[in-house]
Amino acid sequence: MTLLGNLALWVAFLLGAWGALTGFLGAASGRADLIASSRQAVYALCGVLLVAVVSLEVALFRHDFNVEYVAAYTSRNLPIFYTWSALYAGQKGSLLFWATVLSLFGALAQALTAPRHRVYLPYVGAITCLVCTFFLSVMVFSSISHANPFERLAYTPVDGNGLNPQLQNPGMVFHPPMLYLGYISITIPFAFAMAALLSKRLDADWLVAIRKWTLLSWLFLSIGICLGMWWAYVELGWGGYWAWDPVENASFLPWLTMTAFLHSVMIQEKRGMLKKWNLALIIGSWLLSIFGTFITRSGVIASVHSFTQSKVGWFFGGFLLIAAGGSFLLYFIRLPLLKAEARLESMVSREASFLFNNLLLVGIAAVVLLGTLLPILTEWLVGTKYTVKAPWFNFVNIPLGLLLLAFTGIGPLIAWRRASVPNLKRQFAAPVAAGLVTTLAILAAGMRDPYPVIAIGLAGFVLTTIGQEFWRGVAARHRQYGEAWLLALGRLIARNRRRYGGYVVHFGILILFIAFAGYAFKTETEATLRPGESASIKSPYGWTYTFTHLGISQYTALNRQVTAATVDVSRDGKRVGLLTTEKRQHVDAEGNPTFQPSTEVGIKSDVREDLYVVLAGVVNGSEQAVYRFTINPLVWWVWYGGMIVALGGLIVMWPGGGSVSVRRAQAGYGVKLVAKNG
Amino acid sequence: MYADRYWSASITRLYNGSMNAGMKFTLGAVLIVGAVGYLMATGVKQTGQYFLTPSELSQKLAADPTFYDVGMRVGARVVPGSVTRDVAHQTLAFRVTDGSASYPVVYRGIAPDTFNDSVEVVVEGRIQHDGVIHATDVLAKCGSRYESVPKA
Repeated sequence: MTLLGNLALWVAFLLGAWGALTGFLGAASGRADLIASSRQAVYALCGVLLVAVVSLEVALFRHDFNVEYVAAYTSRNLPIFYTWSALYAGQKGSLLFWATVLSLFGALAQALTAPRHRVYLPYVGAITCLVCTFFLSVMVFSSISHANPFERLAYTPVDGNGLNPQLQNPGMVFHPPMLYLGYISITIPFAFAMAALLSKRLDADWLVAIRKWTLLSWLFLSIGICLGMWWAYVELGWGGYWAWDPVENASFLPWLTMTAFLHSVMIQEKRGMLKKWNLALIIGSWLLSIFGTFITRSGVIASVHSFTQSKVGWFFGGFLLIAAGGSFLLYFIRLPLLKAEARLESMVSREASFLFNNLLLVGIAAVVLLGTLLPILTEWLVGTKYTVKAPWFNFVNIPLGLLLLAFTGIGPLIAWRRASVPNLKRQFAAPVAAGLVTTLAILAAGMRDPYPVIAIGLAGFVLTTIGQEFWRGVAARHRQYGEAWLLALGRLIARNRRRYGGYVVHFGILILFIAFAGYAFKTETEATLRPGESASIKSPYGWTYTFTHLGISQYTALNRQVTAATVDVSRDGKRVGLLTTEKRQHVDAEGNPTFQPSTEVGIKSDVREDLYVVLAGVVNGSEQAVYRFTINPLVWWVWYGGMIVALGGLIVMWPGGGSVSVRRAQAGYGVKLVAKNG
Repeated sequence: MYADRYWSASITRLYNGSMNAGMKFTLGAVLIVGAVGYLMATGVKQTGQYFLTPSELSQKLAADPTFYDVGMRVGARVVPGSVTRDVAHQTLAFRVTDGSASYPVVYRGIAPDTFNDSVEVVVEGRIQHDGVIHATDVLAKCGSRYESVPKA
């Protein structure tokens, strides 16, 4: 199968180069035969790469350990689930995965783009082919990069290394592909942006063509980041979900700039402003996604998460520089064509509040980027590496984040162009009152830390703005059409998916902010306990948890030897239940140990707080165990907030919202409202 | 002449509070960017740390004796065979080296799963006058989280 796989890689490489060449030439000269040939190349590329992926999966499932990649990431006793996902568990396989998914997205863009946007397609095909060819070149020039997944070993091992136990977690099966899908799908909007620049068709048309694509990559990134947090929380055992590690930051950066874009694009659609800004955001987001791929692979920045240091990083570094130089050069050449059609009229307007929202999002992105690159920058500038960690990122970003949360409430409600005093009163009287009441209520409840108090107060404000919007929309339908309340709500969302889906996303975001506020009250303690002994910890809610060590048990499971320690938990003397935490020593088919022992956290989760128990070690030859007990308030809210964000994204994306009949219905609805109010 | 008039007009507008929205936004943007810059700089002063290799650390100490008891992060490799663990007291002692200089480290706390006696580590803490790095945190970088340890 490796012969077929290798052949597929080479054919794909040539097809990619051909597709790029004919695409550019065809689009520039307008020759239909070249354009058609390029288009065929995009489809063929996708087909050939799928063959390569199937070849690799076959090698994985056949346990063909003569293939280096198969031997490095799987073993005979690895569960099937993880054998399948080993496709992208390693550096080389993930490159193949990247290229294949990109070619798939490229083919979908060719096939699904609406007829009136087809003028961009030759350039779009050329750009996707070019990027794909870069990824393929990393794999096929293996003598330099050592990144061909089909490379064979000089001998055949009896068994493979198996997969790192920390990756043997369901979150890890879905987290990397989701992030990759997010990173990869930004290439399509980027390709459209480049096509618009190259063809000088810079009206709002290309923005409409990429709307779904930008949402799609934003959605994938959001889900990928949330899954990554979940994996880190349940698997790594340090008791948190976000550590501002360079690799985490790398996924957060394009998410921030894409979020900024999704907002600022509305201003371009409505008012013809911010054309330059929007193009720069798309180009920047794509470069950040390549940058993310670069720092996970290059070892340039020390991270606990990165792939091993390898030459592949230098391929990416070079590509990043050329791509950044090329795209921004083109951007600057075309700047004269990007004149705004309107000016900002008032600071108290939706335009202004969106501008500040963009400034904050891009500001946070700049902070995160600078903090991540600080060791490199300081080494260049002053010769000594200087680093910042989580406290610095929190110190700078928390105030910015809270300001952003405030704009989440202000932006959608304030009038376009220039808000009048009656408009402000009508929209903000209730939310501001609600925000103040919330703040006073939690102050009265005894919470004093300023940031959490502000966060929850603002959450009260934003929640009321969202509730008010839904209420007014539903009430209007109920009055107007006599629809039942629930039906009115359903139709309201279905007919204005972008607007109300957006509110759902905002609701999820405010839930996340509340969760982050809760994280400030994390408390933990460590204890060494003999069976029957117990340790106590006071929860931020005021009650006391007691953990009683029951004992140690040892047993063998599928591919591991397990040492499990169990504690009995009670709250204020009332029994809550049992919690078990494990040390796992993974073994190969003959029972020899592989990898370091890994820790399995015991977690008990509810709406208020998580109990998080880690077995740090067992004193040799005894049942004495060392534990770390952590109380994590409101962690549950992170996962549900993330799900709500994803749900909102899906509502916005759901196809059909823009059909003619619906638009007519909306127009009619608008006329009726006007008639009624007038 | 023209420039003069432009500036006096702008100042008048500023004075009368009738700046146009674009200018107000620019002012707001400058304020935000300034605040972010200020936050970043003070943040670095408060929480930034040197990232050193053992050789760089020994040079710093030789050049500047006040360098003891300063928060820093040291990136190095664990010296094979130097690790002693005391599980009951959760204490870990080992040496780190970059090939030329070498320092002992004492850490009280839970070591990460990936820590062993040949791994690359980032040790966070302070070097005391006893010449020992008292670590508050130890990060272990396994070859990578995706790469497995080569079989013996």
